[in-house]
Amino acid sequence: MPNFKFLEDIAIADAAFEAYGDTLEELFETCALATFEVMVDTKHVKPKQKEEILIKDLNLDDLLFDFISELVYLKDAQKVFFSKFDLKISKNEEYSLKGTIWGEKIDYKKQEVRRDVKAITYHMLEVKKMDNGWRAQVILDT
Amino acid sequence: MQVKKIEDYIWEIPVTEKEGMRVPARIIASEKIMKEMDQGVYNQITNVACLPGIQNYAYCMPDGHWGYGFPIGGVAAFDLKEGVISPGGIGFDINCGVRSVRTNLILEELKPKLNELMDTLYRLVPAGVGSTGFVKLNIERFKELMVKGVDWCIQNGYGWEEDRERIEQGGRIPGANPEKVSQKAISRGVDQLGTLGSGNHYLEVQVAQTDRIFHPEAAKLFGIDRPNQIFVMIHCGSRGFGHQIATDYLRIFTEAMRKYNIKVLDKELACAPYNSPEGQDYYGAMVCAANSAFANRQVILHQVREAFSRVFHKDPKDLGMHIVYDVAHNIAKLEEHLVNGEKKKVLVHRKGATRSFGPGHPDVPAFYRSIGQPVIVGGSMETASYLLVGSQRAMEMTMGSTLHGSGRTMSREAAKRKVRGYELMKSMEERGIIVRAVSMPGLAEEAGIAYKNISEVVDAVDCAGISRKVIELRPVGNIKG
Repeated sequence: MPNFKFLEDIAIADAAFEAYGDTLEELFETCALATFEVMVDTKHVKPKQKEEILIKDLNLDDLLFDFISELVYLKDAQKVFFSKFDLKISKNEEYSLKGTIWGEKIDYKKQEVRRDVKAITYHMLEVKKMDNGWRAQVILDT
Repeated sequence: MQVKKIEDYIWEIPVTEKEGMRVPARIIASEKIMKEMDQGVYNQITNVACLPGIQNYAYCMPDGHWGYGFPIGGVAAFDLKEGVISPGGIGFDINCGVRSVRTNLILEELKPKLNELMDTLYRLVPAGVGSTGFVKLNIERFKELMVKGVDWCIQNGYGWEEDRERIEQGGRIPGANPEKVSQKAISRGVDQLGTLGSGNHYLEVQVAQTDRIFHPEAAKLFGIDRPNQIFVMIHCGSRGFGHQIATDYLRIFTEAMRKYNIKVLDKELACAPYNSPEGQDYYGAMVCAANSAFANRQVILHQVREAFSRVFHKDPKDLGMHIVYDVAHNIAKLEEHLVNGEKKKVLVHRKGATRSFGPGHPDVPAFYRSIGQPVIVGGSMETASYLLVGSQRAMEMTMGSTLHGSGRTMSREAAKRKVRGYELMKSMEERGIIVRAVSMPGLAEEAGIAYKNISEVVDAVDCAGISRKVIELRPVGNIKG
């Protein structure tokens, strides 16, 4: 089960969440799902169309920022909500995120649409290794 | 944190409160608002006070609350040589703003047709995530629109000649540079012209509280001339186009800060010297987004005029649907202000704050110059909004700035737990407010209980003298994105 929780006491006009993952990939996949949960009940978003993603960055904060930014961009440019993510993250000189994401065209008749996400912010953004996995904190502008 | 009362409604946090503060921070608020002020505001406004080249003070307006980087309600002006430009001081929704429109209609004429009007508006003005507008643009035309703003709309039949005079900076800010806009920003925004968006954006039909006019001379110039007069308010911004430009440059600036050796206390305050290639590129792109936001509100107004015309079987001109004014409340502007007693050109960032130029200022349209620039303050969908005018005192005290709305006090999740969208819609209907919402959970998040009391925040700026109340507007119909 994706493990995330919305945080209510910070940046109250926006949407903040913390997410956990056993692996870095699981953490990023959970952050992606949480981002779309702000916009829609993702249970009703079927994995009908897919998109390939490739992002490279020197550090994990920027990698998460660029990954979520890409999802937010695709949502507007393609009018698609995404609900399934399969990512691979590797590290050589820099971090490389490669993967496939699946989703479905935005459809108010079939989906419980909530509110738009304008962007991910850098405010309090954090990706952190814990004793037993990974934790991230994200604030989205909505 | 030590907060000193300078005078009634003006509070100051001295530079000694945080290492690196270059100027003191000032908050405009009543004692009650100060007591209830979100603690995040104090931390964020003092972070802003540390930015290079900041002039006079870092300001926060009474509707302020914890944002990202800058607080919402934050104002900061920077020196053009030594100072910076920061996307986090403008917000992702570049030129989010409000437009107010008068009509010749009165409540009694509207009432029997209100449902039909709201249905027509709902059909003609797309709202919500993923919505697209009716104006088909190609890249060439979109680039032209970024430069010309409202002029483009008027040339293409989406506005009246008189409209441009009643919009901040004529709805066309000079300095737009479409070459500095990414392909991604273009493909995100190219089909969104004339759409409301979501979150706290709305299109509202209102009735002016004409039995209580606070400033008769201004009210007359605003076209308030009959009891229970109907107004329209449009609140939205530059949509995905602006969001992408802000995202792109936030990323560029995190790298540029290394190059220019700038350190900030919050990564969201990422900035670059205004007078650097990166700073100039962002300014040029930001102006593209600002002009497209003015154009967005213009195309929405075109549709609003069309809707009224269909429902009331009259030409919009015969319905007297003149713009009162249009203000930007997420923007950075090149303006002249007093710094250490001398006039100086600076870059004023306003994030959830409105320009409030006083009477006689050359940038106030000739039509309004005797009373000052109109200021539009949008309330929550259940409560009042206000029209005000700018003042000379704002020029002296807050670099020509004032509040923008009522300010949130409750998270969206908490609001959803307290009220359900459908029940809220019913209860608003019982109170005479017809709602058309794209999303029921989205509606609940915007419930009036989630906001500060708008009358209190408006009274604070009126008492502080940084703008003057003209009239209150009460909602009777609301389209919610």
